[in-house]
Amino acid sequence: MSDAAHPKPGHDHPDAHAGAHGTMGSYMIGFGLSVILTAIPFWLVMTGFFANPQTTAIIIMAFAVVQIVVHMIYFLHMNTRSEGGWSMMALIFTLVLVVITLSGSTWVMYHLNHNMMPTMSHDMSQMP
Amino acid sequence: MSPSPASENSGIWKLIFGRLDWSSLPLHEPIVVGTFLMVMLGGLVVVAGITKYKLWGMLWNDWFTTVDHKRIGIMYMILGLIMFVRGFADAVMMRLQQAMAFNGSEGYLNAHHYDQIFTAHGVIMIFFVAMPMITGIMNYIVPLQIGARDVSFPFLNNFSFWMTTAGAVIVMMSLFVGEFARTGWLAYPPLSGIAYSPGVGVDYYIWGLQIAGIGTLLSGVNLIATIVKMRAPGMNMMKLPVFTWTSLCANVLIVAAFPVLTAVLALLSLDRYVGTAFFTNDMGGNPMMYVNLIWIWGHPEVYILILPLFGVFSEVTATFSNKRLFGYSSMVYATIVIALLSYLVWLHHFFTMGSGASVNSFFGITTMVISIPTGAKLFNWLFTMYRGRIRFDLPMMWTVAFMLTFTVGGMTGVLLAVPPADFVLHNSLFLIAHFHNVIIGGVLFGLFAAINYWWPKAFGFTLDTKWGKRSFWLWVVGFWFAFMPLYILGLMGVTRRMRVFDDPSLQIWFQIAAFGALMIAAGIACMFVQFAVSIINREKLRDTTGDPWNGRTLEWATSSPPPDYNFAFTPVIHDNDAWADMKKRGYQRPLSGYEAIHMPSNTGTGIIIAGLSIAFSVGMIWYMWWLAGLSFVGILAVAIGHTFNYKRDFYIPKDVVERTEGERTALLAAKG
Repeated sequence: MSDAAHPKPGHDHPDAHAGAHGTMGSYMIGFGLSVILTAIPFWLVMTGFFANPQTTAIIIMAFAVVQIVVHMIYFLHMNTRSEGGWSMMALIFTLVLVVITLSGSTWVMYHLNHNMMPTMSHDMSQMP
Repeated sequence: MSPSPASENSGIWKLIFGRLDWSSLPLHEPIVVGTFLMVMLGGLVVVAGITKYKLWGMLWNDWFTTVDHKRIGIMYMILGLIMFVRGFADAVMMRLQQAMAFNGSEGYLNAHHYDQIFTAHGVIMIFFVAMPMITGIMNYIVPLQIGARDVSFPFLNNFSFWMTTAGAVIVMMSLFVGEFARTGWLAYPPLSGIAYSPGVGVDYYIWGLQIAGIGTLLSGVNLIATIVKMRAPGMNMMKLPVFTWTSLCANVLIVAAFPVLTAVLALLSLDRYVGTAFFTNDMGGNPMMYVNLIWIWGHPEVYILILPLFGVFSEVTATFSNKRLFGYSSMVYATIVIALLSYLVWLHHFFTMGSGASVNSFFGITTMVISIPTGAKLFNWLFTMYRGRIRFDLPMMWTVAFMLTFTVGGMTGVLLAVPPADFVLHNSLFLIAHFHNVIIGGVLFGLFAAINYWWPKAFGFTLDTKWGKRSFWLWVVGFWFAFMPLYILGLMGVTRRMRVFDDPSLQIWFQIAAFGALMIAAGIACMFVQFAVSIINREKLRDTTGDPWNGRTLEWATSSPPPDYNFAFTPVIHDNDAWADMKKRGYQRPLSGYEAIHMPSNTGTGIIIAGLSIAFSVGMIWYMWWLAGLSFVGILAVAIGHTFNYKRDFYIPKDVVERTEGERTALLAAKG
């Protein structure tokens, strides 16, 4: 629809659409990686490879992060030049906000739980 | 909801109507029944009028289905103004109740009704007044300021508007069918959980916000894409008009923040509908997590509201001081810094929840830091005015009122940012006075400045000054009368959301506040009279130049109202304040060489999906599962069907462009 409203969308970013479409090869690489990165966590869970479920959970999370990167590179075609650098800037901004939100919430909730949650009734009974 | 006779609420009735029955209608509330009758009467008159003058076709073809960013912008403003009347009616009712309920009097509102009113006032004013109005202004002005013919995704724009309207309809529906939430505007659990709010109120709240949230989010995406991709040639980011810059930052905040609201409301819905325990008291749930998450959205939200208006004040100050804006780049960086910092302060909304000294001091300091870029902006505006040839037209009057009012509100905000002070003032009327001071003094005054400033661009005639000044003085003085007593009461320890009071010595302050609210009511009335008088005298107030204020940015380069295609030729930009630069260099409008212009076509898909979304929400709210299921399938079907609509664009023929531009040439020549 943007073409409908404007004769030359993105005209001040001549390279805006450069590399916006992948090749058959790059899609297949992305697909293959995604399958592998999905299959390994399944295998870890189903065989119970690690005795400690927490280890499994952390490894699955790590695979999920790699999976996100694979999707961004092979399916969303993101790199430092795409869309005149805007997509990389948007990614960095998103990462900053996600880190703020997750680490901030963890920090805040840790303190809130520590101060206010179950032990509270016990502590309160000790209060003068 | 009171329990209903088993005969009615069982079997087939329940299957069809869910929990809806006759007792859901608030027939025992004379105030609501009276309002309902008046709304019905008014609605009937409007419908009859539209039918009599055969305007339905025009409304449908030219407005409801339009994808023109200018018409959608105007529709957003109308939605905002209508909801403003509702939200303000709630405010006056609260003020009257609190002024009356002393010395054993219960006032005139029962607790059930009063609690709904303060919730509805907050929800409506933020989500359905402030948000639609800033979205409307951005929609109208941003494409014009960057020399574009429309937004990036014109259909999406129409769809966003109708989803916002659908949310407003759902919230309004709760007034007459069932009830609205009685939880306060952010619906904290456990009160908003199913155990303590078993009725439909919180469900109305959730679905109204979720549906409107889709519209807000998509309109954010749309405007970001427009600003990033559709600027006129030569307009690099540091030549962007300040209003467009602040709009960009506000929309980035929308896109980053609103998914958090959607997620947290979805978790609350799961708690209410399928019995999960995210925010419950037992089963390992943690209501504090809800408070934490909703303020991660909520704090950026207040900057979403104020940032575009900072842009408006910048445009107005520069235009009416006949000067270039002082410190353009510092203004831009201050905006970006505010946008980032707005993500680092959310905890100051719950200092008292118990996160302890280390956490509280971090967020107290970040909150105080935010006042630095904001202060920088204020000094920029003052330096812009310094030695300027200031014209005190209405937009400038609102801007000066904003500077004085907002500074006071900002300073009480810094006071509240000090955690120990917040422990005294938290949840008190001091807080209420503070945020009304910044939201009215910043957002509303900014919207009024914007309306007075850009009205001639949208309609081709300026607004009446006499009634505008009356409205201005009543509003500004009324504001001080209405909210200064609340500061005093808050310092004395009066908490918010109280319905009755014991201490008779407080009454005088509430009476002063009520008097202020009545002055504001008169100010609002004057504003509507101003619109009416201006429309009646439009020939006298006509502006044929398209540039009544000697403006500086591109929107003043085209005619008022702009043609459907905005600009016959895409302008080339050499300087910020592009239009001031063009005028200085003796720009001549090209009078020939027009070409056919490629434009997007209207579509009814947006309004149809929004209508189905209302049906879906009603189904979910009242547990009419068949209705929710059917309308959800309907939404999918219409959305998929729309992808097969290939009649998406058309050309405005060359001779139409020639005729339109020729008329403007003649008007400009007549003016001399």
